[in-house]
Amino acid sequence: MADMRFAPQEILLPVRAGFIALTLIAALMLNLLPWSGAWLWLKPDFVALVVLYWCIEQPRKVGFVSAWMMGLIMDVADGTLLGQHALAYSILAYAGIVLHRRVRMFAGTSQVVHVLLLLMMNDLIVLAIRLAAGADFPGLQYFTGTFVAAAFWLPLGALLKLPLRPRADPDL
Amino acid sequence: MEYSPPPFFKTGPTPLARLLIFAALSLAFLVADVRFNYLDSLRQVAAVVVYPLQRIAAAPASIARRIGDFFTTHSSLREDNARLRRENFENAALLLQLRALQAENWQLRELLGARKRLDIELAAAEVLYAARDPFSRKLVIDRGSQQGVQAGQPVVDDRGLVGQVTRAYPWLAEVTLVTDKGQFVPVQNVRNGLRAVLSGTGSDGALELRFIPLNADFRNGDVLVTSGIDGVYPPGLPVARVAQVEHGADQIFARITCAPLAGVANHTHLLVVRGSRELPQRPVDEKKKARGKKPRKG
Repeated sequence: MADMRFAPQEILLPVRAGFIALTLIAALMLNLLPWSGAWLWLKPDFVALVVLYWCIEQPRKVGFVSAWMMGLIMDVADGTLLGQHALAYSILAYAGIVLHRRVRMFAGTSQVVHVLLLLMMNDLIVLAIRLAAGADFPGLQYFTGTFVAAAFWLPLGALLKLPLRPRADPDL
Repeated sequence: MEYSPPPFFKTGPTPLARLLIFAALSLAFLVADVRFNYLDSLRQVAAVVVYPLQRIAAAPASIARRIGDFFTTHSSLREDNARLRRENFENAALLLQLRALQAENWQLRELLGARKRLDIELAAAEVLYAARDPFSRKLVIDRGSQQGVQAGQPVVDDRGLVGQVTRAYPWLAEVTLVTDKGQFVPVQNVRNGLRAVLSGTGSDGALELRFIPLNADFRNGDVLVTSGIDGVYPPGLPVARVAQVEHGADQIFARITCAPLAGVANHTHLLVVRGSRELPQRPVDEKKKARGKKPRKG
């Protein structure tokens, strides 16, 4: 009997680089929407989420270069210190690549817990950089976006796997 | 000797080695950005690349706003129109007075041989979004260096000072609000002409006058305007109203909290103040001259 805690193995179509780039740009667009007020606190960091997803699912295709570049773009778009997201995403990519076999073993909520901790680490790195640069701690609501992001993890996985499912038998 | 099986797949450096490379690169960028402001040109280039994405992402909100504008009712339009006519009529009289006073002022200043005050030139800008950085108070507006917006220019709304342009990209500019923690405005009390420096606290709707002696004459309700002695802000722009003055017996300085007069957090349109005053040359500090460092704006 299969243990429900562990993910079923699934054979998907190979991922094209263009598809990965498209998802990263889509995540960037979601981040760039004019979030404000309370929405800003609830906003998950979609780019971190998608970078982490691809680092776990396709560690041989997505890695440090794309994570770091996305980080720089986020820094410029948000007008933050140049390199803070780049550093955080690089470390996130490292954690994703090193842990990808382990995280993929788990299914459902146990996978979400892993992801939550990794995203929390991402937040803490950004926080540490800003505190070191002289900013004030913005309050505990700073972390709410991470919980929302973790809640998005399973739907995101289902969504990104949709175009990669093989069609019904092509020979028929 | 260390034995390891021959690699089946060539994967290049290990993840840890790569992490160290990229982390070192990021840290170098951070230090170069925070300490030396070396990377502004890189930022400008990247900003041009991101610009179309930013505009597309901001489009739904501005389209929604325009649709909302389109469906305003007939009666509210008529009310607005009547109110604006009345205001325009009242303002026209004031404007005439102002022109006469301005002419008189110029004449008097010329008689005195004094330096002319600045003619303020305003450029309207639309707020694209509030910057998403939770550590600072910033806005992004849709006018940039191509439209003559430059870093250092003050930004106002109809009620008072909102902030200052701190970074100008080709078609966008970043405005740091007066409530940002690192933003300082030299001000003057309208009631008695006392000068002070107003600083942001990092939270919306609160400003602070720091290091004011206990006996300084600041009262609740005093209006603070820019003093203009810094050469950045033109004199006389309303900035804040004193909200609370605390004189603790055990403290050396008074705690003076102020509320910004401009609607700092809720805007769709702003005005960028352009046109620079001719200021006398700043005395050059010998040490700074040797290092070739520019004095900081603001």
